[in-house]
Amino acid sequence: MLIPKPTLFIAAAIATLVAYSAPRLAKPSTETIEPEMITLQAGQMTYPPAGEFTRSGNPINTPLKTVHFARGLQIMKHQVTQAEYWKCVEDKGCPSAVLHGPASPDAPVVGVSWRDAEAYAIWYSGKATRRYRLPTDGEWAFAAGSQFRSEGWPDVNSSDPAQRWLARYESEFADDSIDNVPRPTGSFGANENGLLDVASNVWEWTDSCFVRIGIRDSGEQTITSTNCGVRVVEGRHRTYVTDFIRDVRLGGCAVGKPPANLGFRLVRGD
Amino acid sequence: MTSPMIAFALKARTIVITRGTVIIGAAFATLVAPLPTQANELALKREQVELVAPPFVHPHEQATEEKPKIVAFRMDIQEKEIVIDDQGTKLQAMTFNGSIPGPMVVVHEGDYVELTLVNPTTNTLPHNIDFHAATGGLGGGALTLINPGEQVVLRWKATRPGVFVYHCAPGGLMTPWHVVSGMSGAVMVLPRDGLKDRDGRPLHYDRIYYIGENDFYVPRDEKGKFKSYESLAEAYADTAKVMQTLTPTHVVFNGRVGALTGKAALTANVGETVLIVHSQANRDSRPHLIGGHGDYVWETGKFSNRPETDLETWLIRGGSAGAALYTFRQPGIYVYLTHNLIEAVQLGATAHFKVEGKWDDDLMKQVGPPGPIAATSK
Repeated sequence: MLIPKPTLFIAAAIATLVAYSAPRLAKPSTETIEPEMITLQAGQMTYPPAGEFTRSGNPINTPLKTVHFARGLQIMKHQVTQAEYWKCVEDKGCPSAVLHGPASPDAPVVGVSWRDAEAYAIWYSGKATRRYRLPTDGEWAFAAGSQFRSEGWPDVNSSDPAQRWLARYESEFADDSIDNVPRPTGSFGANENGLLDVASNVWEWTDSCFVRIGIRDSGEQTITSTNCGVRVVEGRHRTYVTDFIRDVRLGGCAVGKPPANLGFRLVRGD
Repeated sequence: MTSPMIAFALKARTIVITRGTVIIGAAFATLVAPLPTQANELALKREQVELVAPPFVHPHEQATEEKPKIVAFRMDIQEKEIVIDDQGTKLQAMTFNGSIPGPMVVVHEGDYVELTLVNPTTNTLPHNIDFHAATGGLGGGALTLINPGEQVVLRWKATRPGVFVYHCAPGGLMTPWHVVSGMSGAVMVLPRDGLKDRDGRPLHYDRIYYIGENDFYVPRDEKGKFKSYESLAEAYADTAKVMQTLTPTHVVFNGRVGALTGKAALTANVGETVLIVHSQANRDSRPHLIGGHGDYVWETGKFSNRPETDLETWLIRGGSAGAALYTFRQPGIYVYLTHNLIEAVQLGATAHFKVEGKWDDDLMKQVGPPGPIAATSK
């Protein structure tokens, strides 16, 4: 079966239209490790956003959406490491259940729930002079560039629900070239924006909530439900995970491939 | 045993049933005569069969017109380190023929199983084999104990139709340790005229899968991480302590977490009938097919008993094998698991069936999709 890869278009030409003009950040006054940030110039992107889309009650393939990033984006070059997260644990800003110590300080911290990631963002923002937060799904996709994968929902006949599940299953399990053991930062290389380890074996939390979106015949989109107890997770494929889960397991009625590990990186927020 | 059962058995197979003992009339003479020491002295046709690693099963007839024969198999015991989950946890394993579970052996009632069991010099421990389907000699265990560098040939007559466990049983604490290190498999003794429903009508399968379930007991270090060992001998003492807790660290199908999911998911098509043989040599299990059923289930695995029908979940008693026949009616991904869901999801006992075909709206349809709760009319 042919499964078309979700498409992502980044209009690189637009990037020059608006120059990013945020003031240079002063160094945080604390001894917190300052992560390397990547600055993405302003631009726009057309991509399949997160959420489940229906038309007249039938599931449909996600319609593409164009998002503008007029002020660009500043995002951590690498996923938050064990050494970085450990400082937050030691400082009582993050739950100790995540880490018992920085066993592999240079490797990304994994086994992190959305709440754990959020705790780190709040703690870190308190240490730094500016606010840091988890990226939205769109911001993550913008930074991931060509390594963005979406759900891998295939283009199939929506009147037969099983075809969707089968095609998705095939697509999620197709790539088993990487094992599940986290590796030191940088092991999976950089993408065209300079972000390290984007499509690695560590998936990343985003701040976006799970939404259902109904499309009317007029083309108008309406969010029919929003569940912020479930957040969008991005990586080798997009998935949706309950916010307090640290380790997604295969099994039960969820037959898709679970993320191998849950980690995160932050963006600079305004 | 109930009288209708006896009547059915007499009619279907011309065998005599007395207090659960099945004896084939025609073969009776050979039972009372002294057993020959060489297989070829039986003057029966001899067939050498190559075993296949589970979940697959070597080619076989479901019903046969042939006279009973000697079916010869060879198994090489392999001690080796294996990885049992996606976190890279290692187990010093012991295996029949290199796979966990060991390969499934299929013969017909009245056939003779002739096994050449080989313990290569590369191994470190004595091993043997106890066939639950065999009669006498501790299931063959008493006659097959071999050291590294030895082989043994055992022949036993398949007198009882059904699916049965075989396992290593070298004695004492060695027995449970060898079993929970991977040394178990299954034998299927088919009735000569094949499987039947409760009314004696023939049942067939288009595919057969053998799912062997194992409980593993991997020791942890002081930080809670799974330990690995250089050899079986080094692993033994710590492993025996974990075994005694009766709390497995892994419960898996086919030797590791995820062995039967993803690219290795079991496959079938809508309309096909699949026979799933499930064995557990040490511990109870409750197979369940999410979204499917057991059309015909021999829960205790013995084909002289009438199959139960339309089951949701069935019990595989520790130390036994069972068989379930199911015709897929709807495409999609099916989860086959043990319905102790903690063991299925957290310890690993989950397999997937990938079923191709056309969706049947009559059997299931999402009439109202997920959406806001509708206002109730007053």
